Amino acid sequence: MATNILMPALSPTMTDGKLARWLVKVGDSVRSGDVIAEIETDKATMEVEAVDEGQVAQLLVDEGAEGVAVNAVIAVLAEDGEDVGDVETPEAAKSSSDSTEDAAPAPAEKETASAPAAKQDQGDVKATPLAKRIADQSGVSLSGVSGSGPGGKIMKADVLGASGDIATSAAAVDKGDRVFASPLARRLAAENDLPIEKVPGTGPNGRIIKADIERVLKEGLPAEAKAAAKADAPKAAASSASTDDYELIPHTSMRKTIARRLTESKQQVPHFYLTVDCEIDELLRVRKEINARAPEGVKVSVNDFVIKAIAAALRRVPDANSSWTEEGIRRFNMVDVSVAVAIPGGLITPVVRDADKKGLAAISADMQDLAKRARDGKLKPDEYSGGTISVSNLGMFGIKQFDAVINPPQGAILAVGAGEQRPVVKDGQLAIATIMSCTISCDHRVVDGALGAELLQAFKNVIEFPAAMLL
Amino acid sequence: MADAEFDLIVIGGGPGGYVAAIRAAQLGMKTALVEREHLGGICLNWGCIPTKALLRSSEVWHLMQNLSDFGMSADNIKFDISAVVSRSRDVAKQLSGGIGHLLKKNKVTVVNGAGKLDGAGKVVVDGDKTMTAKNVIVATGARARSLPGLEADGDRVWTYREAMVPKVMPKSLLVVGSGAIGVEFASFYNDLGADVTIVEIMDRVLPVEDAEISAMARKSFEKQGMRILTEAKVAELERGKSGVKATVETEDGVETIEAEYVIMAVGIIGNTEDVGLDTTKVEVDRDHIKTNEWNETAEPGVYAIGDVTGPPWLAHKASHEGVICVEKIAGLEGLHPMDKSKIPGCTYARPQVASVGMTEAAAKDAGHEIKVGKFPFMGNGKAIALGDPEGMVKTVFDAKTGELLGAHMIGAEVTELIQGYVVAQTLETTEAELMHTVFPHPTLSEMMHESVLDAYGRAIHF
Repeated sequence: MATNILMPALSPTMTDGKLARWLVKVGDSVRSGDVIAEIETDKATMEVEAVDEGQVAQLLVDEGAEGVAVNAVIAVLAEDGEDVGDVETPEAAKSSSDSTEDAAPAPAEKETASAPAAKQDQGDVKATPLAKRIADQSGVSLSGVSGSGPGGKIMKADVLGASGDIATSAAAVDKGDRVFASPLARRLAAENDLPIEKVPGTGPNGRIIKADIERVLKEGLPAEAKAAAKADAPKAAASSASTDDYELIPHTSMRKTIARRLTESKQQVPHFYLTVDCEIDELLRVRKEINARAPEGVKVSVNDFVIKAIAAALRRVPDANSSWTEEGIRRFNMVDVSVAVAIPGGLITPVVRDADKKGLAAISADMQDLAKRARDGKLKPDEYSGGTISVSNLGMFGIKQFDAVINPPQGAILAVGAGEQRPVVKDGQLAIATIMSCTISCDHRVVDGALGAELLQAFKNVIEFPAAMLL
Repeated sequence: MADAEFDLIVIGGGPGGYVAAIRAAQLGMKTALVEREHLGGICLNWGCIPTKALLRSSEVWHLMQNLSDFGMSADNIKFDISAVVSRSRDVAKQLSGGIGHLLKKNKVTVVNGAGKLDGAGKVVVDGDKTMTAKNVIVATGARARSLPGLEADGDRVWTYREAMVPKVMPKSLLVVGSGAIGVEFASFYNDLGADVTIVEIMDRVLPVEDAEISAMARKSFEKQGMRILTEAKVAELERGKSGVKATVETEDGVETIEAEYVIMAVGIIGNTEDVGLDTTKVEVDRDHIKTNEWNETAEPGVYAIGDVTGPPWLAHKASHEGVICVEKIAGLEGLHPMDKSKIPGCTYARPQVASVGMTEAAAKDAGHEIKVGKFPFMGNGKAIALGDPEGMVKTVFDAKTGELLGAHMIGAEVTELIQGYVVAQTLETTEAELMHTVFPHPTLSEMMHESVLDAYGRAIHF
């Protein structure tokens, strides 16, 4: 019998969310515990784990689909041996099955939010009779419920926790599997700010005991399980818990997401880089004039010009406004510019939508609002996802030039350096100009060298002659 | 039996040796157990078990002496010491037979005779039968220590061995040494009506226990009529036909104590002789075999467990060491050496004493900032109903981490209660879990809860 995978609630208040990414495709075999998708919320990107074994029969929500209602069916698993093609699409999920990234997804209707209370095949899962009955009545698959009773037996409270609010299991997903540790070990870990889930346990069945905490406090955390297994590995060589020498900062969800996505990007996306020097004296002059005449409260920054210029350039070179997918190249109809904003503990890329159609004042206002809310952690998922290109500006730090890592699934990112006065040769004469070096990183699968160059040239033309933005 | 090859030979069939042998057999080793006298060792035949049988008799006698407390009366009550002894022997015999069955069931080859190492990997039994094995565990146990000039003679000066099988009921008794063995015999004979004097060289009875518990035990024994001399030393024993004159040096001077019999209970020494240790690199230090935390001796393939390796001289320590030692030999993963700080100890005197972990003083010495909880038997309904309102449950916590560092109890049935705290310690529970545990009412165990609560100023019933 097929198993429905439901959209989890990542927080008690969450009513819908964005399916950021599928990590499986139809036909893949998954095992319990495999990460199958990423869900984005305003706070973090969370991973969805499979709770059953089986083969992915259907993915009912497209990657990037937003407004997917909690408890809507997002995928269907066929049991081993079951024909994937035979699995029926659950009624509740059909409404959200057409949504794509470039077309605004139709949010699943509230009425269909809860999954049909189909009688689950509870098999021989260890559960109390009461827990089984409640699970049947509420359509919860017991195999996905972690038991808190003796020997992992599923109790009534576990099922209620899983059916009423997936938050409990989602929290467990976020923290990894249940950590077995003695109460004393937990307290010692907490007192020493040690991430207990990283401590190798040596008690019965790998339970983490006091001695393990003491060892880690003394010798540091093993770099990885492999290193731990190597008995003669130099103690605490590669990494270490907080000691006199180091402070170990546990990974946040954001850190994990940055690490994984950018590693993937650098490993899988064939980057190439093009750099161009832009003279921005005219831009600076225009900016000064604009700001002098702008209404109260409007102050356009160089970065606002950059956003506007790259948007205008993409409008002129639409082939570069694209993204790679296995099925084909997606050429976007809108120009949405993601702008990297540093926030405590990482960075986030709020999106200036339709930047090509907006005036500088509108872009400036958007950016001020987005950046402020980004720093306050108050961005909504749809405000920091779905851009078609990114801009990363480190000019304010005096960085002359740098190469940025593409923010998948986008096709390019523009790295903007500082505008600085440099000697230039003009008409055979040495002159002084304010130069801003810009480097674009392109995904070669989507943007070839000439296309990238064309885009960068278009950008240079606009940024150097801001009046062209009016065109 | 013919020469034979084994995976493991265990020398000594006491609670260390026979448990090690059974565990080894469970793990698929071809195992032999060499025992020179009787399966079950001292513990079962001449120690833990038969003394518990004796003490049960003296407890019943004590109750009979106090029947009126329970609204009852009886005339012409008496006891026959030889019947008391024979019951004790029957209990030991029954259990020793049981060990034989267990070994047979687990297919352990039992060889009767004195096993002696002939170099590593070779054991000669009774000088003629040779057996070989890759690994040998020495579990030869220990015997009573004797002091020069104060040697037991089996006539008027006894060790535990004679004290366990008295032919007549002593009228007066001098017990030298107030460890568990001395105190248990003192309690037994005192309850049966002997005049008992205890001489202890340290400043308190049961010197390994928490000082407060020792003081309570002393008070209780003295109330029962025992005479207790601490910081006292028996300098000389003059053995006569009808008794012994002991010259005892105390802080206050020299005193002569006369008693019909003397029980020497001044500690024990390991049976390291006649085991052929000299044919190996095994090192012996102060009458005990030196081992590391995995019970490995200096000779590869030769291990030692239990009393022969030193204190604490406890059957359950020997058994546990035996299991860990065998599992280590078998290469099981995830093993930890035995944590000797978590071995409970029980003394079956009246009152009983039981403890695990650090005493209050030891915890302070170790640098712990501590919280101490105490709860008296007087505040416990079950204790009062039993007619045993004397005693205390004391707990010692690390103030910072909430770790249960030690638990110390004195009073009725505390030997049956202590394992609750031992489990708690082993699972590394903190005060929080103990406080959240529901203890059944009415039981003596409620005092264990209250003691924990008291450590944090939350005791309900006192």
